[in-house]
Amino acid sequence: MRRVAVTGLGVVSAIGQGVAAFRDSLAQGRSGITPIEQIDVSTLKFRHGAEVKNFSWGDDRERALYDRFALMAGAAAEEALAQAELPADRTAVVTGSCLGGNHFEDQSFRELYGEQRTRFNPLTIPRIMENAPASLITMKWGFRGPAYTVASACSSSNHAIGQAFWMVRGGVVDAAVCGGSDATFSLGILRAWEAMRVVSPDTCRPFCAGRPGMILGEGAGMLVLEEWDRAVARGATIFGEICGFGMSADAHHITQPSGVGAEHAMRSALADGGVAAEAVRYINAHGTGTTANDPVECQAIRQVFGSSNPAISSTKSMHGHTLGAAGAIEAVATLVAMKEGFLPPTANFTTQDPECPGDIIAHDARLVPVDYALSNSFAFGGLNAVLLLRTAR
Amino acid sequence: MSPALSPQPLTDDQLVARIIAVIAQTTHKPVEEFQPDSTFEALGIDSLDGIQILFALEQEFDISIPDDEAKKIRAVPDVLAGVKQLLAAKHA
Repeated sequence: MRRVAVTGLGVVSAIGQGVAAFRDSLAQGRSGITPIEQIDVSTLKFRHGAEVKNFSWGDDRERALYDRFALMAGAAAEEALAQAELPADRTAVVTGSCLGGNHFEDQSFRELYGEQRTRFNPLTIPRIMENAPASLITMKWGFRGPAYTVASACSSSNHAIGQAFWMVRGGVVDAAVCGGSDATFSLGILRAWEAMRVVSPDTCRPFCAGRPGMILGEGAGMLVLEEWDRAVARGATIFGEICGFGMSADAHHITQPSGVGAEHAMRSALADGGVAAEAVRYINAHGTGTTANDPVECQAIRQVFGSSNPAISSTKSMHGHTLGAAGAIEAVATLVAMKEGFLPPTANFTTQDPECPGDIIAHDARLVPVDYALSNSFAFGGLNAVLLLRTAR
Repeated sequence: MSPALSPQPLTDDQLVARIIAVIAQTTHKPVEEFQPDSTFEALGIDSLDGIQILFALEQEFDISIPDDEAKKIRAVPDVLAGVKQLLAAKHA
């Protein structure tokens, strides 16, 4: 079976625009959660988020054509592709998004219903479509292989990366650009999250007793995947390896996780990579910091890993829950940390909730080299996607 | 929607009847299944039903139920106590 190298990484996040700054924040356990500045949130019950400050990417034409989530994907792809030499007809592009171009959608609907405008900007449809990032990447860099977008809420970009991985491993293509993006901070979307009563009024404390909930974030993560021998032959820098992918459905409840589906997805990822549970020494958890997710996830991890007890952290405590970008940003976090021999922490930690058992990495990064890690994404709707990652040696 | 609240405070029985009506409608259950002391767990009401009930109560009584208070609500008496408190604050 073909192996799949990661030969490019790009990220846009509240804790770093670019992998170098992002890596430093992860290593220092620095949280990017601040008061929301992009829009007026004075009427909301929560005021904090993990925003990308002063984001700007693209030329004038691109900035007119694309919504914020697509521009963030473009920025992350540009960084990931900086060293790439990919075969145009044999490169896939698979992106994930939960919200699509909701900034422009929000503005358009405000104009329609609030201002009774009768004409829409003709770019409305291309700006709001969820596949705009995939299309942007194919057009800007000329990739003509399979290209599409996955929408599975908070698992979107793990599903995207997993599909791309399978295409490269299976020989459908020789390379792929994959990941996801979401720009979360429009008033309509924030109102909808407010109604769910799961957003924290201040910060995000995954796995802690009395945790106040999740913090929304925005951003993009992109990975360049390449068939291993091809990457080695061209002397590419290899950031790590994707060696397994597992997915499952809870078939249980539209918002409450069952745990059984999470277990199944983790076991499937291990089986797909032919790796024993004991070999996995770190899990970048879904770890939303909500009442519902964290205990169910920790108990599912315990079911799968038992006494081997891998270290666990939630980097959402730093970059927030970036929805359709979450899996991609967390895969980048896991890969850069593993490559440099550390494990990123859970920031803002107080006291561990006894309902969330496990070896939680709190406050400070651990200087521990590991060979294998999992990166979990579990979406509303019970759709689960887990990546099995390996350190490049 | 119900008519606007009268200046006279509602009795507990009246409030309970309206609360049960709201919960029954939201959860698509017959009113007869509910008792003034019913717990959400016994009624099979999950967290998603719970936030829909809170939303419906906010609409019904024109109140805003804070998230911290919402987390404590597990039964019809909790709803009654919370709604009474918020209505009293509103009319104070």
